[in-house]
Amino acid sequence: MQQGTDTAEEPVDEYVSDYEVGQDNVQALGLDFHNPVFLISGVTVILFVVFTLSFPEQAKHWFGDLRPWLTTNFDWFFMAAGNFFVLFCVALIVLPVGKVKIGGPDAEPMYSYVSWVSMLFAAGIGIGIMFYAVLEPMNHLLTPPLGMEGLSEEGRRELAMAATVFHWAIHPWAIYGIVGLALAFFAYNKGLPLIVRSAMYPLFGERVWGWPGHIIDVLAVFATLFGLATSLGYGAEQSAGGLAFLFGISEGHVIKLTIITVITIMALISVLRGLDGGIKVLSETNMAMAAVLGLFVLLVGPTLATLGAIVDNTIAYFRYLPALSNWVGREDMYYMHDWTTFYWSWWIAFSPFVGMFIARISTGRTVREFLLVSILAPSFIFIVWMTVFGYGAMDQYLLDGYEGVVDTVREFRPELSLFLFLEEYPLAKVTSAIGILLVLIFFVTSMDSGALVVDTMTAGGKIDAPIAQRVFWCVFLGLIGIALMEGGGLSSLQALALATGFPFGIVILMMTVSLYKGLAAEVKLLEARDEAAPGETT
Amino acid sequence: MAGRLYRHIGVPVDLAHRDKLGKAIATAVDLAGIYGARITLVSVTGPAPGEAAHNPQEYRRHLQDWAAEITAESGIQVDTETEVIGDPAADLDKSLDHQFHALGVDLVVMASHVPGFREYVFHSNAGFLASHTDLSVFVVRGTR
Repeated sequence: MQQGTDTAEEPVDEYVSDYEVGQDNVQALGLDFHNPVFLISGVTVILFVVFTLSFPEQAKHWFGDLRPWLTTNFDWFFMAAGNFFVLFCVALIVLPVGKVKIGGPDAEPMYSYVSWVSMLFAAGIGIGIMFYAVLEPMNHLLTPPLGMEGLSEEGRRELAMAATVFHWAIHPWAIYGIVGLALAFFAYNKGLPLIVRSAMYPLFGERVWGWPGHIIDVLAVFATLFGLATSLGYGAEQSAGGLAFLFGISEGHVIKLTIITVITIMALISVLRGLDGGIKVLSETNMAMAAVLGLFVLLVGPTLATLGAIVDNTIAYFRYLPALSNWVGREDMYYMHDWTTFYWSWWIAFSPFVGMFIARISTGRTVREFLLVSILAPSFIFIVWMTVFGYGAMDQYLLDGYEGVVDTVREFRPELSLFLFLEEYPLAKVTSAIGILLVLIFFVTSMDSGALVVDTMTAGGKIDAPIAQRVFWCVFLGLIGIALMEGGGLSSLQALALATGFPFGIVILMMTVSLYKGLAAEVKLLEARDEAAPGETT
Repeated sequence: MAGRLYRHIGVPVDLAHRDKLGKAIATAVDLAGIYGARITLVSVTGPAPGEAAHNPQEYRRHLQDWAAEITAESGIQVDTETEVIGDPAADLDKSLDHQFHALGVDLVVMASHVPGFREYVFHSNAGFLASHTDLSVFVVRGTR
């Protein structure tokens, strides 16, 4: 990339900085972290945990109102931003900037597509598909969005699936894609540290290494920790609920604490084994296991109807997409606020984490390839997965009159939806156990990759900082989980994840401008170099 | 020359800690002189920008420049080898051991940093490598 040629007309690269990775780092006690990002994030999170534990009532009161306030008042922002991010990705794929290769013209991919997609899932979203695949379609069947209660049964089924797929396909992956691409491009092509602030370099210039950058990075750390803890909260609830359901043990604090402790220990082992020996192996195992479970449900359920429904749902998704993504004149506020804007803000809060993780494993792909694969592959898997589980669950209810899953929606026991669904099929004990195991392993990979990402963020972009720091963040994530489980602060945490989603949404909007400037300049640079020394770059 | 004990000395180096490697390099150069061996500086880096370089290509170039300096000073043949891996913090030892075997190294001369806080929790790289590889390892303490 930065190989110089001896030609006189060597073009100027305007987005190269003299800043050196780790120059603002503090080395003490064998650790190596960024000042002040590490201290501000560490202290604030500790204060938050202490506060919610000491004053649970006040915390519930303050943070409890935050979520509806945000999703109600800023619905237009989240909806508009979400749509814009999708259109922006389409533009990058189509425009000439799509041919820029991450890591430079000579870079080679480090991971195969299968490992890559597996790791994408394992980085936090996996827990979501286990939690929502049965629950969400059923919920939208009972309470149809867009005020379409009058539809036929078949129409309601299609709408419910389209409304579910809307939240899990394309939109979230466009958000992650932008953040991941911006991080990867400015680190691997421009040599800037692998931290969120680097993606703002074209906008802020050298000031990005000062306070504007500190604020952006601290915000990214908060969003990651809170967003991840939200996901881990679902994982703990579902695995505890599942174990209680499967073995008839009481679903108390002790079992949840035990789960988090065991998970943390497993995550620590995975952390010590590193990216390739830990996360990669676990992610691939989990993808294989999820595929087996999905295939089993497909075969014992209404197989042919489900396969047909995959196509129908995809068509229905695109048919309802304009209506679902429009926020003007909507009357279905329950769907739009409690689901869509909640998801959008959660995805945005989650984006520095997933983005950073995708960036780490994405060298050697072109912008076009990166966006197409990281948006379409997970979207397709989601459509298939949600259809197999959601369509099957609706079949149980509408055709067989089975009320098990519906009751979990009505009684608000979402953590049990999956298990009551599986109970209607053969080998329910085995499939439920696999379901729990999947949640637990996704839990481990989420914590491990979370520790990896937060460590890089707080170590000024160093990816070879001492492993001890990842151990610290991993233990810390476990402790946040335990503290909140005990203090009942999960909803406060979710509210905070959303609260970081709003400012971070603004950061991503700025990032799109910055990224486009960077990519456009890169295309010019490559063309100029090509002219100056034909054959040197392709 | 059948009696030569060592033919190829491998020296693991981290460009970010070049200042602490002088004694190990000097030891390797002396040994190479005694046994008529050649030296390879073996290194591991990640794809992301780090302290020593903005990208792996630049890292390789810096390492090659350093090797050329050592050759110019000592007259010993010094080559370089750099492996780019996804998680250098976790897989350093594994990658080094693999590279030594691939290169046919028969003696490893490596610097060990002063044991500190981390070594009570985690192993030092030299300690780990010495006890896990089947190669001869010469651990050099101190930085001269």
